[in-house]
Amino acid sequence: MELYLDLHSQPCRSVFLLAKAIGIPFEFKLVELSAGQQYSEEFGKINFMRKVPVMKDGSFVLTESVAILKYMLQKHSSSLADHWYPADLQQRARVNEYLSWQHMNLRAHGSKVFLLKALFPVIMGSEVPKEKMDAAVQDLNQSLQMLEDKFLQNKPFIVGDKISVADLVAIVEIIQPVATGLDVFEGREKLTAWRERVKKALGEKLFAEAHEVIMKVGSLPQQMQNNSNLDMLKPKFQKLFS
Amino acid sequence: MAVELYLDLLSQPCRSVLIFAKINNIPHEVRNISLMDGEQYGDHFGKISLIRKVPALRDGDFCLTESPAILLYLAQKFQTPEHWYPADLQQRARIDEYLSWQHCAIRLHGSKVFWLKLMIPEVLHVEVPKEKMEAAVEELNGSLKLLEEKFLQDRPFIAGGHISLADLVAIVEVMQPLAAGLDVFGGRPKLNAWRDRVQAAIGKELFDEVHQNILGSQERVKVMDGSKLEFSKAKILNFFM
Repeated sequence: MELYLDLHSQPCRSVFLLAKAIGIPFEFKLVELSAGQQYSEEFGKINFMRKVPVMKDGSFVLTESVAILKYMLQKHSSSLADHWYPADLQQRARVNEYLSWQHMNLRAHGSKVFLLKALFPVIMGSEVPKEKMDAAVQDLNQSLQMLEDKFLQNKPFIVGDKISVADLVAIVEIIQPVATGLDVFEGREKLTAWRERVKKALGEKLFAEAHEVIMKVGSLPQQMQNNSNLDMLKPKFQKLFS
Repeated sequence: MAVELYLDLLSQPCRSVLIFAKINNIPHEVRNISLMDGEQYGDHFGKISLIRKVPALRDGDFCLTESPAILLYLAQKFQTPEHWYPADLQQRARIDEYLSWQHCAIRLHGSKVFWLKLMIPEVLHVEVPKEKMEAAVEELNGSLKLLEEKFLQDRPFIAGGHISLADLVAIVEVMQPLAAGLDVFGGRPKLNAWRDRVQAAIGKELFDEVHQNILGSQERVKVMDGSKLEFSKAKILNFFM
């Protein structure tokens, strides 16, 4: 199995973490987004939508991390612990509910804060307007509140007592704005406690490995500035800031 | 025991859930939540869903939101015909891929066109700048193109030879900008043909019944009380403009 990934990308991290956590062998194919490798002819043949992650299992090519995660979970279900994607109707529904909700909520809001903080200045050549930044942080706060109040409540993990793929998808999205220096865990004890449980369930070492590049995101603007592709990338990135 | 479905048929995901329940003869009771009247913010609905969005399902003590989750729950619980969500890993993955992609693509872009073209100018009485409208239509065109070129290609339906949850979720979203007066099917023979197949698989009568409300939107806004949606105005403008 090949996984086309850039660990700067949240959905790439969830796919990477699950594959490693459940022991699925794969070949890591790096697609460096800040260098514009997703726009190469070669990658276009893998995925003409030019996004990561992409999974290639034999001749079967699949996009969308949620689909890739479910494919891996269902393909290996007989050798997997049930808690990753429970067979129980209601527990499975809770996982699906989170996986659906997160696209336009935590994922969208966390991404926006990240993009504004990490990329806006280098792409647009100016600082982010304050109201734009404040509005993005406010939306993120609302999503985090919903994660705590509706999805976690008083449970150790989203579904219940054990980690599932929902927690994985949630944590990678939260780390994105955190990597830019916004400590979303401050003042949120419930969320912090949950984060620690997730890290422990995955393994601290694996968690750190998956998040190594994003935690160095401070150096990203310089990397991009030095990249000859920057002019080509600028208009594409500008669309993300609307 | 019947499941309760909290719905407003003006909402695309409510339509896919109702069509699925009806076509599979799933015992259900519809509880209407009028979005235009802000009923999603009432105390009663708050007990069903903190997220305050429709559709929502209640099955005994169990409450569930998010249409893809509701559809999968109903399919699994009521053991609906296999083609809706096949056991075959790759076909299933194609459906999951669509259900994931559509959130920030067709669903978002179709909703945006619906609000910018119809609801914001006609109900909120806020002018929508021409460039914004054009940009929204262009985004929708991009998504429709991907629906045709990546998700359908030469297949009759998204997952292959039979209708699945993916087609159901797709069609209700495509109908939204249509209801605002945008001719989404014009000049798109592939999409047209797919729509005809989906309608035939669902049954035209059921399809039309479920879409009756939304398709009356252009007429309804003419006589709609201007104060409707005032409570959501800031939120709506923030999101779409």
